[in-house]
Parts: sequence; structure tokens; C-alpha cells
Amino acid sequence: MDATIKQATTASDALSVSGVSHRFGELKALDNVSLNVPAGSFTVLLGLNGAGKSTLFSLITRLYDNTSGSISILGHDVRREPTTALQYLGVVFQARTLDADLSLLQNLTYHAALHGLGPREGKKRAFEALDLVGLRDRADEKVRHLSGGQARRVEIARSMLHHPGLLLLDEPTVGLDVGSRESVIKIVRDLVSTHDLGVLWATHLIDEIKETDAIIVLHHGEVLYSGTVPGLREHAGVDNVSDAFRALTNQSKRPEAA
Amino acid sequence: MTIHTAAPHDQAGATVSTARPQPKKRRGVMPYFHCFCGIVWREVLRFLHQRERFLSALVRPLVWLFIFAAGFRQVLGISIIPPYETYVLYETYVTPGLLGMILLFNAMQSSLSMVYDRETGAMRTLLVSPFPRWFLLSSKLLGGVAVALLQVYTFLAIAYFWDIQPDWDPLQIGLGSGDNFVGFAIPSPFNGYITVLPAIVMSGLMLGALALFMSSVIRQLENFAGVMNFVIFPMFFASSALYPLWKIRESSPILYEICGYNPFTHAVELIRFAFYGQLNLTAFLVVLGCLVFFLGAAIFAYNPSKGLIGRRGGPGGGGPRG
Repeated sequence: MDATIKQATTASDALSVSGVSHRFGELKALDNVSLNVPAGSFTVLLGLNGAGKSTLFSLITRLYDNTSGSISILGHDVRREPTTALQYLGVVFQARTLDADLSLLQNLTYHAALHGLGPREGKKRAFEALDLVGLRDRADEKVRHLSGGQARRVEIARSMLHHPGLLLLDEPTVGLDVGSRESVIKIVRDLVSTHDLGVLWATHLIDEIKETDAIIVLHHGEVLYSGTVPGLREHAGVDNVSDAFRALTNQSKRPEAA
Repeated sequence: MTIHTAAPHDQAGATVSTARPQPKKRRGVMPYFHCFCGIVWREVLRFLHQRERFLSALVRPLVWLFIFAAGFRQVLGISIIPPYETYVLYETYVTPGLLGMILLFNAMQSSLSMVYDRETGAMRTLLVSPFPRWFLLSSKLLGGVAVALLQVYTFLAIAYFWDIQPDWDPLQIGLGSGDNFVGFAIPSPFNGYITVLPAIVMSGLMLGALALFMSSVIRQLENFAGVMNFVIFPMFFASSALYPLWKIRESSPILYEICGYNPFTHAVELIRFAFYGQLNLTAFLVVLGCLVFFLGAAIFAYNPSKGLIGRRGGPGGGGPRG
């Protein structure tokens, strides 16, 4: 059975977005955005606040539908097959979404139930997922007693409960100290290699990018660059990522509201 | 810090760290059942953990019952109107209204918690579940009703010791009648506690659906005072919860008309009659109609392609963001 899965996931990207535009009234939040997240890749979505990252995430998670273009998760169109597509999707939202008064285990089994898993299976998976983030021994503690970094790790565990093929993380390290940031990044990078997971990591922090990552630059709702990190520097003709990002975004000045 | 991916502790861990299994096809009703139970269970658990909310939810109707009703008893004489067969004390009259008040406050509070959830992202966690959205929202409503039931029956238990109990013929469950009756009979007040249950659930769902719809329209969480002033107080006071409608008609025919159009009036009447084992058909139909309408509106508002959420920028902030 494993062989067929491997085939299926390499045959199609973990995430494929093509020609997606979205506007809120007058404001054009996304303009003909196309991007891919291959399975087994760590893809950084780099953009300033207001670049359209959260709108893109809302469309991928099907909070609301894209009116133009298509989005598919492991080959399943989000609009046509929402049930299957969402089954393959794990998300870590920017805001804290755990119930502070409930225990880690209660939070995780609630999420398992949202994916149709019964209490026994949910509990089993909760422990497995807590193992992934090294918090198994805190399972019965209330989330309130965790540090910010630990709570983030629980959210990562939660997003892995239903064995997704695509993991979205919306600025997951915001507000964390240096140590917690590093451990969160390391956990997710490890998941990419051990679970054949496609990760889309939205951030505005350039020091989170590694040389081997795939990178997508989003600015004012447009994709300015999509490719490798060395490719980005070459594209901009400078020798570090910060300068490359600045050079790219300065070129494409356009009015705030189109 | 250690990450246990390469070397799992046990066999269960080993299955995780190899390859990602294909998610199973969602067939049958069991996954729906698990999802439903999970949502309801979370609502109840959260409520029980918020001790102040439980306490204030209980104290509010009790203050009305013990203080307001006691003082009001002398002012207002209640004549014999259905479903009452004798003169009743004001406390007895107002009890169904206070049950309605519990439902109203609970619904509005859960509506606000949904606006708050939306801002913090808990609502998004719910909506990213692969189950159909109408199912998720309905389950959430029933979770709210489960919380309301805890409050209602705690209130009724306290009212029981205050001697406020429904009093009517034993409820007979069984076959036949008279001497040929086979089955068992449930005496007052427990018969009323049973027959009121469906009315409570229906009214709770109706008010919850109204609140759910409101939660999709309210842009941002301001405070409870606005909802109190503009929704709870008008609905509560312009209804038959505190005084019978014929009394209102005597003083203001216009207000009487308004009360007649207030769905909360009908929720209270449905509960009042059910408390005495009777069905108020008009109230039933109005509550049912409102339930269908509000629930439909709420599901429409949360619909990803047609709804209000996408048009406006949606949860996760007051408007379009980065």
C-alpha cells in the first residue's frame, strides 16, 4: 500500500495554486497567483504584512471560495472535492487556537473528532503526535500552563493528527523567543523529511530561510518570484536574500488599492 | 529538546514515522457521530471549566425569581389563563419566562464566543474540518443547547425546593386507559420536567440559530452591553415572559402587537404549555419557522462561496489583511 501512496504524492504536488485572484470590494488582495508546493519540500512564502498571505491561506483552507483560478491539495480541487481536499490538509493558524482551560489531550482529541475519529483512535493519535513534538509527558496539563513555544508545538502536533500531506503554517514563530523559534522550525523541517510532507511556511522573517528551501515572494497580491534561494539572489543580482527581497519589492511599486 | 521521530517509543509511534497513510474514505455515520460528540463535548467541557459563567448563568434567573417575582407578586394578579387551571402565584407564572431567559442569555453568550472564536481562530479550526459546514454549525448549536440544558435543569432543581413545580395529572406512558392501562405513570412535577425538554431544545436551537446568524454579521467583538441593550432586553421585555399578553394589551395595544411578532414570546409560550404537558400549536409553528429561517440564514452566511464572510474579509480579523 505504501508504494501506491508514494506514487500518488509524487505524481501531484502537495499544493497547487493556479491563476487565483481575489478581491474585497475595491481592494485586490490576490492578483493571478500561481504557485506549487511539491511533496517533501519546505517552501517559504515570503511577504510583508498585507502581501496577501492570509487571504491566500483563507482560500486554501476554504474559509471562502476562490472566484477565479483553482486550488488543489494533493490533486484534489478545494472547491469540487472539499471533503477529500481538507482531509489532506493540516493548518497552524497565526492566532492561538487552543482552548487554554482544556488539557493538551482534550484539545487534541477534540481535533481528532473534527476529523471523524472516535475517542480511542483520537487518544492514540494524540499521543503519537505529542511524541513528534516532544510533549508526551505534558498530555494532561492545561494549555494555559504551557509557554508560547510549547503551545505552538502542540498546534503542530494537532495539525499532524489526521496524517495530512500538506501543512500550512501562517507566521508560526511570531512572538516566540529565539530558542522556541529554532525548535519549532526544526520540528517542522524534520517532519518534511520523515513524513514526506509538503510544507508552506508563510513568514516575513528572512533568517528562517535555509539555502535548500523553495521560496515564493508575494508582494501586494502578486507572486514576484518562485524558485530556489540561490536562484532568487541571481534573479535580483545581489548576494544575500534580504537585499534580493528588497530589490524585488521596490521594483514593483503599485498603488495600495487597484 | 528531543524530537522523537526517528526513534519512536513504541510500535504505535512507528506507524506514524514511516509513510503517511491514505486518509480513509469517509463512509457511514460513525465519523459524523464522532465529530458531533466531539463538538458538543468541547462546549460542555469549556462551560464547566468557566466557573464564573456557570455561576452567573444560574444566579441571574434566581435573582429574578427570588427577588423580583416576590416583590411583583402583590402588584400583578394573574387571572386563570391557559395552560393554568387555577390561580397561580406570580413566581409560577414567571418560571417559564426565566427558562426562556436562560436560553436567551446562553445563546447570545455563545454567539459572542463565536465572534471571539472567530477573532482568535478557534472558529477557523472548526471550519477547516472536512465535514459539511451545515453539519459543523448545527453541531455547534446543539453543543450550545446542551450547555443551556445543564443550566435549565439546575435552575428547575432549585425552583423545586422553592415550591415552584408544575402540577398536573400524572403522565402515563404505556398502552390502554382506565382500568386496562398497562405501563407506568410519572407524577408531577417530574412529568413537566420531561415534557418541557423538547420545547427547551427547540427554543434553544431557535435562539442559538439567531445568535449564530448574528455572529456572522457582527464584525468585531465589542462588548456584551451592546447585545444586552439591542437584543436581549427588547426581546425579553417585549414578550410574555414577565407578564401575560392580555395585561400588556390593556396598557398598550401597540406593544401587544410587537410582542406578538417577537419570536421569544412564542418560545416562552411553547415552554409554558409544555411545562404542563400541552402543545401550543401556534407557538410551535412560529418557533419552528423561525428556527428554519435563522438556521438557513446562518448557514448561508457561513457558506464559503455565497456567504458574507468571504465578501467581507472574514474571520481572522475585521477586514482584508495580509
